[in-house]
Amino acid sequence: MYAQLVDTGVKRVKGLDEMSPEERNFQEKIDAEIKIEPKNWMPDAYRRTLIRQMSQHAHSEIVGMLPEKNWLTRAPNFKRKLQLLAKIQDEAGHGLYLYSAMETLGADRDEEVAKLHSGEVKYSSIFNYPTQNWADMGTVGWLVDGAAIVNQVVLQRTSYGPYSRAMIRICKEESFHQRQGYQILLHMMRNGTEEQKAMVQDSINRLWWPALMMFGPHDSDSPNSAQSMQWKIKRMSNDDLRQRFIDQTIPQLELLGCTVPDPDLKWNEERGHYDFGEIDWSEFYAVLKGNGPCNRDRLRTRRNAIENGAWVREAARKHAEKHNKANAA
Amino acid sequence: MSDWTLFEVFVRSKHGLNHKHVGSVHAADAAMALENARELYTRRSEGVSIWVVPSKQITASSPDEKEPLFDPADDKVYRHATFYDLPKEVGHM
Repeated sequence: MYAQLVDTGVKRVKGLDEMSPEERNFQEKIDAEIKIEPKNWMPDAYRRTLIRQMSQHAHSEIVGMLPEKNWLTRAPNFKRKLQLLAKIQDEAGHGLYLYSAMETLGADRDEEVAKLHSGEVKYSSIFNYPTQNWADMGTVGWLVDGAAIVNQVVLQRTSYGPYSRAMIRICKEESFHQRQGYQILLHMMRNGTEEQKAMVQDSINRLWWPALMMFGPHDSDSPNSAQSMQWKIKRMSNDDLRQRFIDQTIPQLELLGCTVPDPDLKWNEERGHYDFGEIDWSEFYAVLKGNGPCNRDRLRTRRNAIENGAWVREAARKHAEKHNKANAA
Repeated sequence: MSDWTLFEVFVRSKHGLNHKHVGSVHAADAAMALENARELYTRRSEGVSIWVVPSKQITASSPDEKEPLFDPADDKVYRHATFYDLPKEVGHM
């Protein structure tokens, strides 16, 4: 869901009896929950799909810093500013863990970043929405990081060793993000003015549906899922993950004393889950295509960061060369 | 960034424990690799000591050699303390 609609390039999932000996050996390892490591044989499509999925995931962490950066200089006090800084630094770290893990598949980081900049590879649709008030920092931590956790907890058991290990590290750190976000909202709801409380509700109203879209299209519209599930680089379906997220989030919403903008949301005793309304998929696909409120701005900011930082990288290289020469002499 | 060196990072979590591989960083030189590793892998007091090693300096065993390298140890149960049955009177040994 930090990686949505990852194309496997595979038309039909093969059965064990249709596979070459190498493929079968590989699939049997996966079936036995044995991790695939960088030097092990793997099908090209598995490698390509993983690079795609992990680069999307990494790009999402990196672009995900931008909506939060917006409030860094406007945090209400120094404590909140420090917390937000720490969270943003974590996101940079998560992006780097994932880029390193991706590089173990032979992918080149610069090339993958170039694909992000050209629009060839996406990042999560959620980061194309603006953060308009301080409560958004709370809602992003609570809902966006919360949705990310639901997905990433499952990905800790992904079949590719380096990806799995990166996920384990990331999950440890994410729970701080979600708690700090929820606490921002709870503090505003319990100690805030009427205006501040309205700000919280406004923020949830705007971000609720985009947060649910993070899990990607319905299973029935998710043609790549079957192959990704067989490879265990996806371990639970989009709809199941979304349901799990909603089920665990609604009690927290009620504790806040807020609502979500969905008249169809209600507990279904029979199913043991919350029922909820239909997502506006035309919005989801429009954002994915590049037409969300902030798509162009996000990409421009990323490109500028890389281009305007070129001289720093160049200076670091020259500095290293000079010192290497001095040491050799 | 591809013209920078890839370093593998090892962190010692507490005094007395071995350094353990935690991941990798790109850097222009070793000093920068140490700084980057500090920011990336020890933001929450995960370590008391860091090593960085250029990735290309590491020689690794290949997965194809797994059997010849490691299987011979599988049938040497007598290398483990639990192999040796001793009477209860001996007590904890």
